[in-house]
Amino acid sequence: MTETATTSAAKAPPTKTNQPNPRWAGLAEFWHYFSMNKGAVLGLVVFILLVLVAIFAPLIAPHSPDQQYRDAILVPPVWQDGGNPAFLLGTDPVGRDILSRLIHGARYSLFIGFFVVTGALVVGVTLGVLAGYFRGWVDVVIMRVMDIILAFPSLLLALVLVAILGPGLFNAMIAIALVLQPHFARLTRAAVMAESNREYVTASRVSGAGHFRLMMRTILPNCLAPLIVQATLSFSNAILEAAALGFLGMGAQPPTPEWGTMLASAREFIMRAPWVVTFPGLAILITVLAINLVGDGLRDALDPKLKRS
Amino acid sequence: MLNYILRKLAYLVPTVIGISICAFAFVRLLPGDPILAMAGEHGVSPERYEILKEQFGYNAPIWQQYLQYLGNVLTGNFGVSLSTKRPVWNEFMALFPATLELAFFAMMFAVIVGIPAGIFSAIKRGSWFDQITMGIALTGYSMPIFWWGLLLIIFFSGTLGWTPVSGRIALNFFFKPITGFMTVDSLLYGNWPAFVSALRHLILPAIVLGTIPLAVIARQTRSAMLEVLGEDYIRTARAKGLPPARVTNVHALRNALIPVVTTIGLQVGMLMAGAILTETIFSWPGVGKWMIDSISKRDYVVVQSGLLLIALIVMAVNLLVDVLYAVINPRIRVR
Amino acid sequence: MALLEIENLSVGFDTSAGLFMAVQGIDMSVDSREVLAIVGESGSGKSVAMLAVMGLLPNTATVTADRMTFEGRDLLNMSGSDRRKIIGKDIAMIFQEPVASLNPCFTVGFQITETLRQHTNLGKKQRRERAIELLHLVGINDAAERLGAYPHQMSGGQCQRVMIAIAIACNPKLLIADEPTTALDVTIQKQILDLLIKLQERHGMGLIMITHDMGVVAETADRVVVQYKGRKMEEADVLTLFENPKSAYTRALLSALPENATGDRLPTVSDFHMEGSA
Repeated sequence: MTETATTSAAKAPPTKTNQPNPRWAGLAEFWHYFSMNKGAVLGLVVFILLVLVAIFAPLIAPHSPDQQYRDAILVPPVWQDGGNPAFLLGTDPVGRDILSRLIHGARYSLFIGFFVVTGALVVGVTLGVLAGYFRGWVDVVIMRVMDIILAFPSLLLALVLVAILGPGLFNAMIAIALVLQPHFARLTRAAVMAESNREYVTASRVSGAGHFRLMMRTILPNCLAPLIVQATLSFSNAILEAAALGFLGMGAQPPTPEWGTMLASAREFIMRAPWVVTFPGLAILITVLAINLVGDGLRDALDPKLKRS
Repeated sequence: MLNYILRKLAYLVPTVIGISICAFAFVRLLPGDPILAMAGEHGVSPERYEILKEQFGYNAPIWQQYLQYLGNVLTGNFGVSLSTKRPVWNEFMALFPATLELAFFAMMFAVIVGIPAGIFSAIKRGSWFDQITMGIALTGYSMPIFWWGLLLIIFFSGTLGWTPVSGRIALNFFFKPITGFMTVDSLLYGNWPAFVSALRHLILPAIVLGTIPLAVIARQTRSAMLEVLGEDYIRTARAKGLPPARVTNVHALRNALIPVVTTIGLQVGMLMAGAILTETIFSWPGVGKWMIDSISKRDYVVVQSGLLLIALIVMAVNLLVDVLYAVINPRIRVR
Repeated sequence: MALLEIENLSVGFDTSAGLFMAVQGIDMSVDSREVLAIVGESGSGKSVAMLAVMGLLPNTATVTADRMTFEGRDLLNMSGSDRRKIIGKDIAMIFQEPVASLNPCFTVGFQITETLRQHTNLGKKQRRERAIELLHLVGINDAAERLGAYPHQMSGGQCQRVMIAIAIACNPKLLIADEPTTALDVTIQKQILDLLIKLQERHGMGLIMITHDMGVVAETADRVVVQYKGRKMEEADVLTLFENPKSAYTRALLSALPENATGDRLPTVSDFHMEGSA
């Protein structure tokens, strides 16, 4: 008897004082996994730099993006013959400094990314939650509409929408957001349907939680991981689609220094002045690559099944 | 199996109707007056305007116009192009083979390079090959493809002069199309230099169009292989004393290809979007370029029918992929 | 001469948290016609040791031993291709999750005849006949139809029978069974164990039975090795082990069996540890 008494006393866990806040502990664990991926950290650094460049564009850019230097048309980059240190990356067909335009273009690209992702996320998640939670004909109708949107090739649909709304950056962003939101809707619906059957939801419902509370406070927070990953993917897709629309003349209109639009006017000069083509595309590539690296890192860090030891 | 296909088809019918409604609605929403667009520069007198309006059914209620449109489509009448005055269906059939040929070669490129790259990266996980390949893949799908095309033109056509800049075949070759595929037709005519020319014109656009599918397929194959290689049945295969090559290429690959086939199918939809940009850059006379030109020219009839036809093709490919998936996955094929 | 001889086997894994020793300094040997049970809780390294013998461990594992021989041939430094001539033919292994251990894309017949194709010179027709014979041996009656079946169409017990058929296809001298019944229903467990013992006696194989279930040990084993945290705690013949266990850990294992329960609370292994250290 005494043996059992001492063993059970010795086995009682020591009382914990100063337990770390669970929310910070979760964040710390996430950061531990995320930072193991060197590429993801690099991507994050580049992205933060881009955000800073965008914010401080007027201070950083050597020239105004709209200033045309009539006597400096199609000047090559500084390291080539005929280059001018005043225009580090050369000038475009109407004499504007490419570097300055690229720097200001960062503002547009990042803004496009944020705006489109927010729009697509809000609309898509709402529709997905409604479809996954209420099921029945609500689900059927919503998912059919999503299927229809997804049946059209994304760029084609965006083009038609922009043609209807009129060319311009704002309309382009709306069109792209509409084209991208089915992915969020589908993802959310699947996650909500999977979570709805779990016991904690039943417990919550039994204690009298109403529909809205159940959807927003109980189920949705547990579906966040795939949504975050999809958001980064959509961010980069939005930038690429907006650039494509700009390239086809349906997005941001000249003289806006959006990177895709810059490529549209550069097309006829690809043989004569390749730098006008190379640099805006390079800017797009670097931005999208950075975001995709972060997205990969997020996916690895957030999805426990894929964790590598 | 037949049940599976029929169920899938039945599921698609409402979606197809929805697509036709969308195509119809979009065009009605496009700014500008279709009658004035048809009349062109001459303009049209108010009386003629009313006559044309009646003739083309624009006075009827909208749902009636839709049914008229639907009826036309089901009988194969897709209207007459406003800009070329030729039936849309004829234009489509003339241009679609060009896009199809391009898409085919692009997909071949993506699969032939992508799948082995993915397999090898999975086997040699963490090695420099793996990291470089996946790095290239990630770069591939982070690039704007129109920029990539322009860069390749600058380098291969401009600097090196190896490839032509535009078109499907050198201008001195002309023959009446049999299949519409330059490569096939030139072989059917026995015209070897034409065949070579067709291939030279295909290389750059196919690589450009195929870059994104290549990247996606390589990544997907790698992740599918990694998942499969960790499964118990691979351990059993090894425990049987089978050579490593057989374990990978027979036991693992067969299972890994199942999700990869689905990915390949989905990429076809992306190819149509990519074709728009690729055809524009390379002046490739295909459906993508036709659509963008028609949108700028406000050729409503083409836009409406083109949207419908392209969406239907994408849906048909998706259906094919679903069926193929059921065929290669024994868990669905055999109950 | 013993069939399998192991001396001072150690297996370490490279993990992000450093080197983890899954097996430390294990000795054991198995003779033909003998059933050796390796018993221990999860994490005791019992499977890892046998996977090392078969050469099925990943690259992150380092295997060292003073001696690891099969029929006198050194397994430790053997080349991959030489090893592949032995495993699947002279040494075979079956695993815990039978349905997951069969390839879902190939028929049962294919998976059995594949082993025959790899290790024997039998022609196609002969391989098929042998496959049918093997399925009968393991108690699957409609063998000819079953050849064309896929794993997902069969139950866990049937899949395990197929696994056994694959394992004994080339008349192995040693069969290693890694928790073969753990994933199966209780009623099927006994059938599979009986089948294994029957095959072992009939073919004169050595059988290594890895398990955490002392009941299985009592039913099947001639000798027993008790493992805990990668180390060998005790080795004895089965009767001596149950009647007169020498190691405290073995005693703890035995007293935790519901059959040995006295009083109102079942003792646990950690109780004994406390007692041992106290």
